[in-house]
Amino acid sequence: MIPPSFEYHAPGSLADAIGLLKQHGDEAKILSGGHSLVPLMKMRFAAPAHIVDINDIPGLDYLKEEGGHLRIGALVREADLEASAVIAAKFPLILDATKLIADPQVRNRATIAGNLAHGDPANDHPAVMLALDAELVIEGSGGERVVPITKFFVDTFETALASDEVLKEVRIPIPPAKSGGAYFKLERRVGDFAIVGVAAQVSLDGAGNIQSAGIGLTNVGPMPIKAEAAEASLAGKAPNDATLQQAGQLAADASKPVTDNRAPEDYKRAMVKELTIRALRRAVSRAEGGN
Amino acid sequence: MAETTSESLGGIGQSVKRKEDLRFIQGKGKYIEDFYLPNMVYGVFVRSIFAHAKINSINSDAALKVPGVVAVLTEKDLAGVNLAWMPTLAGDTQAVLAGEKVLFQSQEVAFVVAETQAAAVDGASLVEVDYEELPVVVDPFKAMEPGAPVLRTDKEGQKDNHIFTWEAGDKAKTEKAFQDAEVTVSQKTHYPRCHPAPLETCGCVVDHNAFTGRTDIFMTSQAPHAHRTIFALISPFKEHTTRIVAPDIGGGFGNKVPVYPGYVLSAVASLVLGRPCKWIETRSENIQSTGFARDYHSEIELAATKDGKITALRVKTTADHGAFDAQASPSKWPAGLFSICTGSYDIADAHVQVDAVYTNKAPGGVAYRCSFRVTEAVYIMERAVDLLAVKLNMDPVQLRKKNFIKPEQFPYKSTTGWEYDSGDYEKTMNVALEAVGYDQLRKEQAEKRSRGELMGIGISSFTEIVGAGPRKQFDILGLSMNDGAEIRVHPTGTVMARFGVKSQGQGHETTFAQILAEELGIPEADIIVEEGDTDTAPYGLGTYGSRSTPVAGAAAAIAARKIRDKAQKIAAHMLEVSEADIEWKDYKFQVKGVPGKAKTMAEVAFAAYTAIPDGMEAGLEAVTYYDPPNFTFPYGTYICVVDIDSKTGEYKIRKFVAVDDCGIVINPMIVEGQIHGGLTEGFAIATMQEIRFDEGGNILNGNFMDYMLPTAVDTPHWDLDRTVTPCPHHPIGAKGIGESANVGSPPAIVNAIVDALSHLGVTNIEMPVSPWKIWRILHEKGVA
Repeated sequence: MIPPSFEYHAPGSLADAIGLLKQHGDEAKILSGGHSLVPLMKMRFAAPAHIVDINDIPGLDYLKEEGGHLRIGALVREADLEASAVIAAKFPLILDATKLIADPQVRNRATIAGNLAHGDPANDHPAVMLALDAELVIEGSGGERVVPITKFFVDTFETALASDEVLKEVRIPIPPAKSGGAYFKLERRVGDFAIVGVAAQVSLDGAGNIQSAGIGLTNVGPMPIKAEAAEASLAGKAPNDATLQQAGQLAADASKPVTDNRAPEDYKRAMVKELTIRALRRAVSRAEGGN
Repeated sequence: MAETTSESLGGIGQSVKRKEDLRFIQGKGKYIEDFYLPNMVYGVFVRSIFAHAKINSINSDAALKVPGVVAVLTEKDLAGVNLAWMPTLAGDTQAVLAGEKVLFQSQEVAFVVAETQAAAVDGASLVEVDYEELPVVVDPFKAMEPGAPVLRTDKEGQKDNHIFTWEAGDKAKTEKAFQDAEVTVSQKTHYPRCHPAPLETCGCVVDHNAFTGRTDIFMTSQAPHAHRTIFALISPFKEHTTRIVAPDIGGGFGNKVPVYPGYVLSAVASLVLGRPCKWIETRSENIQSTGFARDYHSEIELAATKDGKITALRVKTTADHGAFDAQASPSKWPAGLFSICTGSYDIADAHVQVDAVYTNKAPGGVAYRCSFRVTEAVYIMERAVDLLAVKLNMDPVQLRKKNFIKPEQFPYKSTTGWEYDSGDYEKTMNVALEAVGYDQLRKEQAEKRSRGELMGIGISSFTEIVGAGPRKQFDILGLSMNDGAEIRVHPTGTVMARFGVKSQGQGHETTFAQILAEELGIPEADIIVEEGDTDTAPYGLGTYGSRSTPVAGAAAAIAARKIRDKAQKIAAHMLEVSEADIEWKDYKFQVKGVPGKAKTMAEVAFAAYTAIPDGMEAGLEAVTYYDPPNFTFPYGTYICVVDIDSKTGEYKIRKFVAVDDCGIVINPMIVEGQIHGGLTEGFAIATMQEIRFDEGGNILNGNFMDYMLPTAVDTPHWDLDRTVTPCPHHPIGAKGIGESANVGSPPAIVNAIVDALSHLGVTNIEMPVSPWKIWRILHEKGVA
């Protein structure tokens, strides 16, 4: 459990970090929370020659509501999300999911940006951000660009980030009134990656029908999955059992699980359906002002 | 002056805080990783990536060019000093480094020695091994099929993959009982391959000094004396110039009983280089290559009368021992104490057969918190009793009570040859039934079933057999399974006591001091217990199989009584009366009938060095080697209540009541801690642990990401209680307790889950019980 040797850089500005990334290209990896990268290096599955530690860069740890968005800087830790009043008030989905990531020690260091940038379909935030229609602010040597979350995940462990780019900010639209979300996760053991995870976000109209819904699926395919057909099926409908059952089935149809150490494929698919129903039910209840 | 009581001494029955925790809790324990000797080198293994392959060549050139790499040892180097192979505790041979071929994934192939651990790891990654893959045998049943590749081509005369057949009981009588039976049940089940996974992995530091001729070996050893003797038997190291020190050990659970190649390689490296050599496993190496446990495929059958009297038991087991037979069992007992599988029940006839098999998996079969295959025995019996209860439509409690060995039958001679020392099984079970509210739970279950909700109640009424063992039958490689205690009472009345066993977290420093406090009338705070250093400790076979209290604890009491005998003579001299006029009362030597005329042990101790009677030797010391006349038979009833989510198969243990009887309890707090730990491990085995392999013999979960230990959040709340049935042959009436909970809990949990599903016709579910297994059943039955 000793990584191969590497060169360590700790730039003091984003510009310097990007410069180092440009200089070393594929040989370099960004270190933020380190809870995905360091284990990979210790198991020698990853052997970057250069580590660019961005933890010393000031001004990246903001979490604020601004211009109709929640803006989360690259160095915001999972523990910061857990402690945030705006998240508790407006994003129960994020709070649910964050609390289920690993353990408190990990959450003290791990970052939401790292969780997304790793491109791991087993991570929890990708599905959450797919349900919330987040945007990602990316900065590189070519300047800044904003990428919708649906265009961010390219393949397993592969994202839209170029080798000289940094995921600078996660930007999430503030949900309208009468919105709610929930995250359900089946685990083999507390703190484990999901067997199946489902993120659901709904907004209700004045009549109590579903105006819009977002559904993201964790660890049931080579990439995080946005269950678009299931989302569409809910629009304009009353949130009754039949509606939720149908959405659950469509989400299961969208999943692409495989048999592994966690569970066989048939179980995972069935659980996508069941967890989608449960997550939607709780999301609706929260949108209605309940728990 | 305050009256001396057991409580003021910290004697037997007192929840004295653990002496060792002061350092453990503050991070000041000293484990192998804490040993840094000047000029030390580090060894790291190159391990096989294949489960079965011929080694064509090993090229170390690139590794030797890594700055800091000092040497790369291979099988050829070991063959030169006759150490390429070593004997296992089971009397087989095991490759120290693979020569012609590798037989399991992660087998040791080369040992890279370097100035730093990092350089050794870098070097190991550059050793090139040219493998030629061979057909892999993973399934023990396929291993026994005609035409299966023979794995142990190194063994002369080995024509197949069969290791041994072992039988107990009367086959003919058992067959007759089955022919005559009114009712029979049978079940095939697999006790999965699991791993003790101690938090500290295995490791050592070996320091050979060519100038003094002495070798110090600091190692993770549950049995330092036995290991030194084995070293002396197999290597150039002599017993008198070799010192093994087992320092603080971060859990053993049977995993630190075998001798591993890393110990041997470190010794060779130190001998060759003249420098201390450290080797310590990574977590993955520990799980993948060191002693696993269980892996018993059993078919169990019960014969009974229609009204529920069990008449016979038949067990046929195929045991997967991996590539080398390196299981840890007493030498004459290749399946350990597995024939205790008649359990807590009075059964007239039984026949047990175990066939052990080689496969392309890591060697082992250690007694993981279990007295040599007792866990496997208890599991199948407690499952089978439930199966019979369902078949007879009888309450599992009533069926158990009907078949229990009755209190008046003790000492009870079982049909497979064991003499159970003592017990009152029904009394203990009744305490558990009362605590859990059994009758009410059955009513609740019936109501829930009518609403389609799933709830189950599982019972396990197990009997353990611990404290190996009587010399006439029990040895390891010829070494009697006896254990020593050595006590020195200093002139000021404080005590140094040394033992041949070795605590790995059991709390010997406290409990043994409490036994001595009780026997000597000296406060436990004035007694220090030392273990683990072969230079100073009396001989003994170490700590495993819950044998420390039954064997070394008995030795402590006996040695203390020897001291009391001598002290009584001195006290008589001091009090100017004859020895016959002295009695040991209220922890003092008193003149009979003259209250107040007395001497304390401390006063006597001072006199023993200053004012001894004429003709007596000075000093107050004693040594004892204890040969237990029999095993001890702790037992208990565990009851588990589960609720199952019918849509996901997830389940929650709502309540778990554990009532244990381990005879006289020395330290109730420590005993409860032991039970908590054992229950948690049993919970892990029943619900989440199994080392899995694919068809190519690749380990699918060889690390803590996928081979899981439960966290405190996952673990149920444990409700404990106890009854006390003293052991009639142990000097203080104690029985072992360290393992009861690991042994007894898995069947309680599985029985509860099966019980929750029994109305659907479910009779078995295999461990580890993952929610998906339950969901599959519910899905097939149309529930989920």
